[in-house]
Amino acid sequence: MSIGRTRPRTRIRIRIDVEGIVQGVGFRPHVHSLARRLALSGWVGNDGRGVFIEAEGAPDDVTRFQEDLRDQAPPLAVIHRVTAIVIPVRGDRGFHIADSRGGAGRATLISPDVATCADCLTEMFDPADRRYRHAFINCTNCGPRFTVIRGVPYDRPATTMAAFAMCGECEREYLDPRDRRFHAQPICCPACGPALRLLDARDRAEDPAGDPIEGAAGLLRSGGILAVKGLGGYHLAVDAANEDAARALRSRKHREDRPFAVMVGDLDAARALCELDGDAERLLTGPQRPIVLLPRRPGAAMAASVAPGDRRLGLMLPYTPLHHLLARQIPGPYVLTSGNLSDEPIAYRDGEARTRLAGIADGFLTHDRPIHVRTDDSVILPLWGTGLPLRRSRGYAPRPLRLSRPARRAVLACGAELKSTFCLVREDHAFLSHHIGDLENYETLRSFTEGVDHFRRLFDITPRVVAHDLHPEYLSTKYAHDVWDARGVELAGVQHHHAHIASCLADNQEDGPVIGVAFDGLGYGADGTIWGGEILVADLTGFTRAGRLSPVPLPGGTTAIRQPWRMAAAHLDAAYGGAVPADLPVRSRNHRHWDDVVAVARSGVNSPLTSSAGRLFDAVAAIAGLRDIASYEGQAAIALEQRADPDERGAYPARLLDDGPLVTIQAADLVRAVVEDMRGGAGPARVSARFHNGLAAATAAACVRLREDTGIGTVALSGGVFQNRLLLDGLVRALRLQGLRVLTHREVPPNDGGISLGQAAVAAARDALGPP
Amino acid sequence: LAHGAGGKATHTLIEAVFLESFRNPLLEPLEDGAVVDGLAFTTDSYVVTPLFFPGGDIGDLAVNGTVNDLAMCGARPRYLSAGFILEEGFPVADLRRITASMAAAARAADVWIVTGDTKVVERGKADGCYITTSGVGTLDRPTRLSAAAALPGDVVIVSGPIGEHGITIMLARGELDIEADLTSDTAPLNALTGLLLDACGDGQVRCLRDATRGGVATIVNEVAAASKVAVVLEEDAIPVRPAVRGACELLGIDPLYVACEGRMVAVVAERSAEVALAALRSHPLGAGAAVIGRIGGDPPGLVLLKTSFGGTRIVDLLVGDPLPRIC
Ligand SMILES: [Fe+3]
Ligand SMILES: [Mg+2]
Ligand SMILES: [Zn+2]
Ligand SMILES: [Zn+2]
Repeated sequence: MSIGRTRPRTRIRIRIDVEGIVQGVGFRPHVHSLARRLALSGWVGNDGRGVFIEAEGAPDDVTRFQEDLRDQAPPLAVIHRVTAIVIPVRGDRGFHIADSRGGAGRATLISPDVATCADCLTEMFDPADRRYRHAFINCTNCGPRFTVIRGVPYDRPATTMAAFAMCGECEREYLDPRDRRFHAQPICCPACGPALRLLDARDRAEDPAGDPIEGAAGLLRSGGILAVKGLGGYHLAVDAANEDAARALRSRKHREDRPFAVMVGDLDAARALCELDGDAERLLTGPQRPIVLLPRRPGAAMAASVAPGDRRLGLMLPYTPLHHLLARQIPGPYVLTSGNLSDEPIAYRDGEARTRLAGIADGFLTHDRPIHVRTDDSVILPLWGTGLPLRRSRGYAPRPLRLSRPARRAVLACGAELKSTFCLVREDHAFLSHHIGDLENYETLRSFTEGVDHFRRLFDITPRVVAHDLHPEYLSTKYAHDVWDARGVELAGVQHHHAHIASCLADNQEDGPVIGVAFDGLGYGADGTIWGGEILVADLTGFTRAGRLSPVPLPGGTTAIRQPWRMAAAHLDAAYGGAVPADLPVRSRNHRHWDDVVAVARSGVNSPLTSSAGRLFDAVAAIAGLRDIASYEGQAAIALEQRADPDERGAYPARLLDDGPLVTIQAADLVRAVVEDMRGGAGPARVSARFHNGLAAATAAACVRLREDTGIGTVALSGGVFQNRLLLDGLVRALRLQGLRVLTHREVPPNDGGISLGQAAVAAARDALGPP
Repeated sequence: LAHGAGGKATHTLIEAVFLESFRNPLLEPLEDGAVVDGLAFTTDSYVVTPLFFPGGDIGDLAVNGTVNDLAMCGARPRYLSAGFILEEGFPVADLRRITASMAAAARAADVWIVTGDTKVVERGKADGCYITTSGVGTLDRPTRLSAAAALPGDVVIVSGPIGEHGITIMLARGELDIEADLTSDTAPLNALTGLLLDACGDGQVRCLRDATRGGVATIVNEVAAASKVAVVLEEDAIPVRPAVRGACELLGIDPLYVACEGRMVAVVAERSAEVALAALRSHPLGAGAAVIGRIGGDPPGLVLLKTSFGGTRIVDLLVGDPLPRIC
């Protein structure tokens, strides 16, 4: 008698391929446990495209398995595509995890780094746990990913953990499908993992017998500067309440005013420093753990040199076990800023870090797990629930963005010059790189070229079209020509502000056409002049320049960017037809060089005309007496925004002039109104608010005019100036009031960090049109 | 057209048009002059606005420029020709002034102007006066100077403060009503190169270049490209007179890219660096000579500037006129 008769003997077998972020996120154990629960046989494994599954069992159970797979997923998994086919039954027994396969056509998505999870934290602070106070604890739900991955498929030998052999206990966890650390590639423990060390500035071990965390905390408590090896590079830390330490850090880093970020132990500590709402809390505690820019609480205990003159503070919560351990050991918040000299990229290799930071740090809290990719902290501004990214890097990269339609051929976009990123596109995936930095710096340029090569290998993309900015001097443009033109790859030049608008379209998965408002510092215009306050009528394939701010000279080129008072001189000279009131405070403060700078502006020598919105903000900041010299990009504009009285409703009027085919917003009207209001006794708070409101109103009016001309009812806002929340809010409100639909950024920064995505979207859209 | 600024556009033009048409082994290295049958031979055309400027005029510029091109080949400049293109109505008094300063410059450089030519073109077809000079020099020393000869470890020397000629011209153009105590640095460098080559042993001087259009930045980029080496400059070591620095700051121009007409860049073997400096400083035109950097192996073809803060900035060959790159 057979017992098999009680069940129907029909079995089916299916093959499922899952694409998305499915490696290194506990996907295989998840599949394993689903299959076991339904008593299916077969296997699951990683390959170059993602996860492959073969599952066999009763038809109902197999169907149920497919449903479970669809409805449940591990927290960090992002599923892009599932394909299933029926294949011949094998009659095998048991469900197991197959070896990884490499192979052609790699399309694996790689997870960003993930902040330490709650389970790991509980274990780390449990004296009974074998990973008690272990600074490298992680599991399939958390830990390093992008920064330690050297190749695909994502397996331990392809990470910087390859050199660490697992101990017996770790190996048991690693191989147990029911364990939280099943196939957690960076798994380790105090017995087998990397080790922390505290070194002094001369590279000698500081008290080899002592606890490095305690030693490091002691150094911070006594006002020292500590270099800490993080996920994507070295940070420099000081006690955030110690003014001497913060000032010493500034002078040794040669960083004048740019604010430092601060790490706080938990939300309560964050609340003590800044005003938090639900959105801010969600951003702070999310698995990406970006730096969140928050309004400072008046009177919060903080050294003045941490963020001088800034009403905001950039806060972040611990995201590695090491940060958590440090935070427990130091009672207060600590500054955690990039480990570099001003303008240099963040140090990430141990030897290099010790050389470059030797003159800055008093001690190094370091370890022997190498960092493969230098990755900066991300920065986000809470806004409208989602937050506005200002720098998209650690925690976000290299998660791809989805394009509205697949590209015909693979694209590499080389980005801009400052805040540089690159972007590789295959089909509908846009792999936007981590933040690379300012390419003029040699180390950064090397990160850029090495980064492109790394991404090409990781995602198996061979670009057939290479997109670049039109600026002939951008090192990214030269790279496109020198490296890719030489290989016979098709080049695609994309105008800077078109790329800004396209990045906003891509961020919203739209194609246009839109009325695109691109307000930024400067970008190379299609006519060879310098643009920056543009209104384009654009879709992904092309644009026409339909509006702009009235142009003025940029007296002394780049110098005018570092010296906002020069922009005041240029704008005042234009607004007053050469008869600038002699008693204006900005003129008196800069009287020694005023006439010379006006002469330079008028001569045109190294003074190209520019319609830049960013430079108009600089000019108004200087006229309002807030900043004559900027020690970092955007400083004057930020000062102007922060000083504005948020309750002020007045707005300076600005005319729209028809200038041939262009609608020109008369900047001179705004500048004269600023001057007259100030002479009438208005302070900077009112002047700033009225200027913001006036510019928003004039820009909205120009968009309404263009809607009449074109019938287009959607406006896209992009460019670095839209990091200004006051302008962004005001303009969005004004546009909506007119019945216009507004697209703003969600996942990609409005500044030049998004340019490469925009270039890629334009190049792909043009390529889709086929050969001309 | 951006082809005149001495940057990448000029290079592209030279390579695409002239080298393509005239290609031969003597032209190929694209040095300042050619060495033929024991003689150095060079030619150069001079176009400058204004024709007269503090410290000089188009006349001594035309003599010194060609003298310097011969000197940079390691030659002793001997004989010059001078061709003039004059615009109809050009004042004879101005022409006299120009020829007088040419004669004085030739005397100072110990060369003879032995032949010449003059053409007059219609009004509006020339900017007053253009001059072309060609020159022949003798090679008295066994030197093989070449932008391709730099080796890692060599030092980069500049013979004096940079940028004076270019800034003087810019301020003299008139649109800029700016006071500055500046004169052009136009001068013959043959005495200086003679002293340098005599002081250093055979082969110790790898390369000499006068830093004219595009300035020192362009010269060192040519060396980096031709020798497939890195050039690493020290920002703090680069001599710049305060008046030039002030004007550069006002105009937002990097002095490294500003033309000189009496300064040269020498690449010298490390062990001869001291001797070379002493030889240069023994002459008034080399009194401000300084080591401004070194040749490195990596990254080949690039020029890096170590900034005062310890950063490392790329000093690139400009494609055209400098434009701000900051967004
Ligand atoms: Fe931009
Ligand atoms: Mg010449
Ligand atoms: Zn975990
Ligand atoms: Zn272990």
